[in-house]
Amino acid sequence: MLEFKLPSIGSDMDEGKLLEWKIKPGDRVKKGQVVAIVDTSKAAVDVEIWFDGTVHELLIEPGATIPVGTVLATLLAPGEKAGAPARPAPPAGRRKISPAARKRAEALGIDVDTLAGSGPGGAVTLADVDAAAAQRSSSKPAATSDRQAEMRKAIAAAMSRSKREIPHYYLAEAIAMERAQAWLSEANAGRPITGRLLMAALQLKAVALALQKYPEMNGFFRDSAFQPVAAAHIGVAISMRQGGLIAPAIHDVGEKTLDEVMRDLADLVKRARAGSLKSSEMSDPTITVTNLGEQGVEAVYGVIYPPQVALVGFGRITPRPWVDAAGGLTVAPVLTASLAADHRVSDGHRGALFLAELRDWLQQPEKL
Amino acid sequence: MKISYREAMRQAMHEALAGDPRVFLMGEDVGKYGGTYAVSKGFIEEFGPERIRDTPLSELGFVGAGIGAALGGMRPIVEVMTVNFSLLALDQIVNTAAVLRHMSGGQFSVPLVVRMATGAGRQLAAQHSHSLENWYAHIPGIRVLAPATIGDARGMLAPALADPDPVIIFEHAQLYNLEGELADDWQCDIARAAVRREGSQVSVFAYGGCLPKAMQAAAELADAGIDAEVIDLRLLRPLDTETIAASVRKTHRAVVVDEGWKSGSLAAEVVARIVEDCFYDLDAPPVRVCSAEVPIPYARHMEEAALPQPAKIVAAVKELLNA
Repeated sequence: MLEFKLPSIGSDMDEGKLLEWKIKPGDRVKKGQVVAIVDTSKAAVDVEIWFDGTVHELLIEPGATIPVGTVLATLLAPGEKAGAPARPAPPAGRRKISPAARKRAEALGIDVDTLAGSGPGGAVTLADVDAAAAQRSSSKPAATSDRQAEMRKAIAAAMSRSKREIPHYYLAEAIAMERAQAWLSEANAGRPITGRLLMAALQLKAVALALQKYPEMNGFFRDSAFQPVAAAHIGVAISMRQGGLIAPAIHDVGEKTLDEVMRDLADLVKRARAGSLKSSEMSDPTITVTNLGEQGVEAVYGVIYPPQVALVGFGRITPRPWVDAAGGLTVAPVLTASLAADHRVSDGHRGALFLAELRDWLQQPEKL
Repeated sequence: MKISYREAMRQAMHEALAGDPRVFLMGEDVGKYGGTYAVSKGFIEEFGPERIRDTPLSELGFVGAGIGAALGGMRPIVEVMTVNFSLLALDQIVNTAAVLRHMSGGQFSVPLVVRMATGAGRQLAAQHSHSLENWYAHIPGIRVLAPATIGDARGMLAPALADPDPVIIFEHAQLYNLEGELADDWQCDIARAAVRREGSQVSVFAYGGCLPKAMQAAAELADAGIDAEVIDLRLLRPLDTETIAASVRKTHRAVVVDEGWKSGSLAAEVVARIVEDCFYDLDAPPVRVCSAEVPIPYARHMEEAALPQPAKIVAAVKELLNA
């Protein structure tokens, strides 16, 4: 019997609300399949399962708010036979809530439907109500459906932790973008508008390639140690229309073609704004790239999203006086790329080399 | 002083016989044989055959005679060897002793004490292993006691004799050899249940022969980090609902242990009262640990399996706590 537990979807998540099951007992599921939709403080996320199996029992009812790590469902491993059912299924439609728990929840103004049950047969008990009350009084005001407020709080928690724990250092580099722009215009010539590449795709790919040479920018700082990750799963900061932001990953950017990166980026932005991201996209980013060029700023010095160890920022591409290779003064489109990096993991020297590597890749757009 | 349950009961009867000339003991083998469970050993020599009366094997007859003596102003202690044989005296107890005060408009009292052994666990097979306390606890007009400790064995008889109405005392046969300290202040009431062990997480209710099992279970649970309260019902009729409810309001969980069969059991009555009085205090459904619904088997291992045991109580509590 396999247990499918609520994964942590991003380091700032400690609980989630199950919105919907996408599976039912008896269904066969494959690794990577979306099996449930869970509301985090940031978004409704499609949660993927990480093993193959056959659904045996769904243990949590939609509507319940449960801590990360709660067993959501049990599954039979491939080839495993179901034994005697663990316990008779509860009658549909009525949750098990002990009379004492219901009474105390009423007195405290706690919605019992949002509680996970820890009693026999998953019953909500006094202890569950008390735990919810304690949590509410210690850290949180009344549970609110206000997504914006929740997101603001999540961002506040993650960014405060970052600035508290991560000794940031910042570097910036002005990069001539003439060649990249020229290459991009040529590549887009003849393409339909919907098929065109954006500079953002080139930037992401360039970051991924630069990371191959400077792996200390890519990975996680956990338990007082850096854990490098080979693949570049780049979190793309996407601002939400209603405020706040989210930074889901494009996986394996280094292995993808520009067209694939572009397609994934467009897909990700669309889904992020529609609120249908996958759990792996939320939990996997190994570095974040933020681009505020569209908003008109020249440069951005970002705050690292823990437990990541670096963030690359791009400003707008703007014509500026530029000394070309021959020493002549010209006007060229220039981009300011910045690096915010974790000094516990890397030093300015390596950070500078990384930015130089990034600059060099952007001079060779045809190789991206 | 450390004494046995048998000795405590003997002392209680001796005191009653010595202190009140109206008191006499009557029953099968209580005299020359000294009592089937040796509780009245030596009494016939001390008090004589007038007051320690061996009877024929007719429960109907000698219980009826006891009722008559009580009506006539005596304070009889009638020993029915076991609850199994008391069924022959049901008519006297239920149709006569229990109702005479009511049917006489209060003119007659029946200050009768009936003692009987009860329970299984000694390989005496189905006919001699009944726990029918609940049959008597069903009947208005009588008081039903279940002394389960040395102190209650010593202390319950005096207030039972002082009661102007019939009192039935159930002595679990497994308890006679139980040894323990008799406290100096062993005097007790026959009105309230007793908290035998304080606890906070679950209330375990038991009476008679199941009390030591409940106490053992509570000790094992304590080793597992579970804090169980043990309530000795003591009084099976009228039940002390107040003490029962107070405990459940504290712990929010109830396990009722009863050697009777589950269907129609005293445990059922206790659970019903808990649900009536404490529904909104319950944090889990009440649980009963009763005897298996079979005639009690003769074979030792099967008899043990059929009866409530400490391990079953421990398991029931753990399930209740999801522990």
